Amino acid sequence: MKYLMEILPGILTGLQSTLGVFFITLLGSIPLGILVSVGMKSPYFTIRWLINGYIWIMRGTPLLLQLIFIYYGLSMIGINFPRFEAAVLAFVVNYAAYLAEIFRGGLQSIPKGQYDAAKVLGFSRSQTFFKIVLPQVIKIIMPSFGNEVINLVKDTSLVYVIGLGDILRAGSIAASRDVTLIPYLVVGILYLIMTAAVTVSLRRSEKRLSIWR
Amino acid sequence: MLEIKGLTKKYGQNVIFKDLDLTLNNGEVLSVIGPSGIGKTTLIKIMTGLETANSGQVFIDGEEFGIGDGRLNAKIGIIFQDFNLFPNYTVLDNITLAPVNVNKLSKKAAKQEAIELLDTLGMKDKEILYPYQLSGGQKQRVAIARALAMHPNIIAYDEPTSGLDEHSTRQVAAVIKQLKSSGVTQLVITHDQYFAELISDRIFDFAQEVQR
Repeated sequence: MKYLMEILPGILTGLQSTLGVFFITLLGSIPLGILVSVGMKSPYFTIRWLINGYIWIMRGTPLLLQLIFIYYGLSMIGINFPRFEAAVLAFVVNYAAYLAEIFRGGLQSIPKGQYDAAKVLGFSRSQTFFKIVLPQVIKIIMPSFGNEVINLVKDTSLVYVIGLGDILRAGSIAASRDVTLIPYLVVGILYLIMTAAVTVSLRRSEKRLSIWR
Repeated sequence: MLEIKGLTKKYGQNVIFKDLDLTLNNGEVLSVIGPSGIGKTTLIKIMTGLETANSGQVFIDGEEFGIGDGRLNAKIGIIFQDFNLFPNYTVLDNITLAPVNVNKLSKKAAKQEAIELLDTLGMKDKEILYPYQLSGGQKQRVAIARALAMHPNIIAYDEPTSGLDEHSTRQVAAVIKQLKSSGVTQLVITHDQYFAELISDRIFDFAQEVQR
């Protein structure tokens, strides 16, 4: 118990970075992902080509590598980001690519009749998207979106590679200093608590969305 | 009044119809009949702006309405074959969404009108339900209310009896007659000759009267 009290402050400081990366990534990657998925249907070949290239790179290389390139790689050509900002940037562009693919699947499953009905009633394109299409897409993609959010919780641990002190890094520092596995155990429990919180809130939103079919 | 003059629609070399002339007077119920796959739905889609035509003119109350791309048209309300209600909105919101967002009507006024419409269509107390909770006939009446709430010059039905049982078919016939008595101009696309004779002032036979 006494030992727990000793290591907790360090780990809780790490928790701030973990939660920071988690929430900012969510806030940033959702709108970016929607934008990218809409762009995939652009009538302009160049835009579709650029977006497909972006998704290919983001999904085709490890996030770990992307972190290294954004933090160390960009600084070699004179673009310097602080560690936290670099981590958030890498996570946002990476997760937006995955979310865009999920949104694309959702968009494809909206029947054409919904667009026809909206058009005949006089809705503008943006009204159709935000009021009619998007709510239906959100409901459809909720389960796969939830998966990504859970993955994000655990993926935040990758920030150690650019030296950002998250909970896993805090735990492993304590573990190697004191030659014990207890800090890792504490870190594992914290991850479980975070994923449990995510699971509960996702279930709640799914339930709220289940009032219509 | 709706006037269609010399309307031609082709898909590549395939002529769906050519030089089609059709007039629909105010307050009239006109049925367009013919077997399925003959281009009746294409006609309705051109009139409502969902499809383009190759040549011809469409006038609504004397005003020309383009047959090209990118036009919006709330002057013709359409009751789709599968209704296309918005599943994420209640019956009430399905009806008020367009008046509030497109016509900028106040929520209160839109709601009051929607309730009245539902009342006349025999759908009292159904406004809080979602589309999945309704039968086919009820969905259709919500679709009719949704179209009427935008005060279109014409209401067009695409195969209103498909997928309905006999009872619901009689009900939709009654609704069409009821709307006619309140002066609504209606165009009905159907393959059902008997139904057409039951409801219409005039029948346009798409198989006989159209050139291809």
